[in-house]
Amino acid sequence: MTETATQELLIEQKDGVLILTLNRPEVLNALTMGMMKGIKEALKKAESDKSVKAIIITASGRAFCAGADLGDLKKRQAVKSFSLGDELRDHFNPLVAQIRKLEKPVIGAINGLAAGAGASIILATDLKVCAEKATFLNAFVRVGLVPDSGMTYSLPRFAGYSKALEHMWLAKPVTAEQALSWGWVNKVVPAEFVLVEAQMLAAELAKMPPLALALTKRAVNRSLEAPSLDDQMEYEAQLQEILGRTQDHSEGVTAFLEKRPAQFKGE
Amino acid sequence: MAQTAAPEVLVEIDGAIGVVTLNRPQALNALSIAVVDAMIEALGGFDRDPKIKAMVLAGLPKAFAAGADIGELKNVTGAAGAEKQLAHHLSHWDKIGLLKKPIVAAVSGFALGGGCELAMACDMIVASETAVFGQPEVQIGVMPGAGGTQRLTKIVGKALSMEMNLTGRRLTAREALSFGLVNKVVPVESYLSEAKKLAHSIAAQPPLAVQAAKASVRAAVDSKLSEGLEFERQSFFRLFDSADQKEGMKAFFEKRKPVWSGN
Repeated sequence: MTETATQELLIEQKDGVLILTLNRPEVLNALTMGMMKGIKEALKKAESDKSVKAIIITASGRAFCAGADLGDLKKRQAVKSFSLGDELRDHFNPLVAQIRKLEKPVIGAINGLAAGAGASIILATDLKVCAEKATFLNAFVRVGLVPDSGMTYSLPRFAGYSKALEHMWLAKPVTAEQALSWGWVNKVVPAEFVLVEAQMLAAELAKMPPLALALTKRAVNRSLEAPSLDDQMEYEAQLQEILGRTQDHSEGVTAFLEKRPAQFKGE
Repeated sequence: MAQTAAPEVLVEIDGAIGVVTLNRPQALNALSIAVVDAMIEALGGFDRDPKIKAMVLAGLPKAFAAGADIGELKNVTGAAGAEKQLAHHLSHWDKIGLLKKPIVAAVSGFALGGGCELAMACDMIVASETAVFGQPEVQIGVMPGAGGTQRLTKIVGKALSMEMNLTGRRLTAREALSFGLVNKVVPVESYLSEAKKLAHSIAAQPPLAVQAAKASVRAAVDSKLSEGLEFERQSFFRLFDSADQKEGMKAFFEKRKPVWSGN
């Protein structure tokens, strides 16, 4: 089943995996408001759609995303009441937050350059498969701005304080190999295999108990701001109490004892 | 065992605790006059029932209560009309504060306007991670009328209360925890069970001491320090007339668990 929300964004669901493809290859998939809206709506639908087990975000052509569409931005900037802060609050921040709050695996399939807001969106995904030729770029400093859409939150946590600042201050591209060694991405493969690799990961996740995946994502996100180990352990105890009462838990245990693959239902 | 006291308010007894659940999912638990009346009646019933030691007031996962029933308010005309039609109803709200037994609010989703006021009228709040607290009345041309400017200020302080009441700013569960508005933040799947757990742990204490301590803490909020201290002292002395005081202290020295009689 293939449906196209707009030409700029392709939406396709296959074997329980929703694939969102940024599709403006001629301008390196620069993000327009229409694309952002399309992603947000698709993710919102995916949240309550039980047939969607995982989501992949990828792009057409040689780049993943060059960032916000500056032409589009310029037009809106011409309006007197335009505010860069509100632009983030209204459009970019909600999307990044939505990806992290969505209780299903979101996989970034990074086929090429990820710059600016594109890099922020990719960093918000849960697992990342990256093309060998892909690079990450944050050139905000060159136009006198700070990296945004959660970049200054995520990057120090993935890459450490000094690496994050080096990347943001000097605005030098980070290669896929560096990104892998710094822990930004999970896997680096040749460009033509990025989507296939992401699909294999998604297929594997689709067989897992969805509630356990969801609550694990919730717990790992919470750990990024948990006040202490004790506090987080108490949280784990609460989640375990919830999951311990699910059918999927008993199915998992029974299947293990009967030495057969478990059939999880998300209940 | 769940029975229906009124169609929109569910009442359940779980051991020594009474649970009242607001149940108007189609209206996000908007607090109509009928719902408030039924809720207060149910809470009052538990307060008088000697088998009940603590109560839980719960909402639904999506909404504790999204506010007053605006449909009922929009045709009220003039200050005199408002006074005539609402004064009696709002005075019912004050009855919550007169209940002797502790009430734990189990809050998930929206606790806005009247919903936030209702949660604050309870003694403790267990919030789900999805809970949102706020007094957005200003955004529809009015202000809180059931404690939103008073209780909120006493709990979170003037600065934040002003911001919430004057702009409609909402607090996430995490923020509410950091400002002392709620006791605990838990996953949405377990807000009700955690609230019940807290109520059960209160119910396991000697009831006279619990009720005296509740009244005394309330006195701290409502009166000046010297009066509160006097109230506390008198309450403390009175507990020495109770059987549970003797049992509690005896058990302490005998290194065993006390058995409470409730006298």
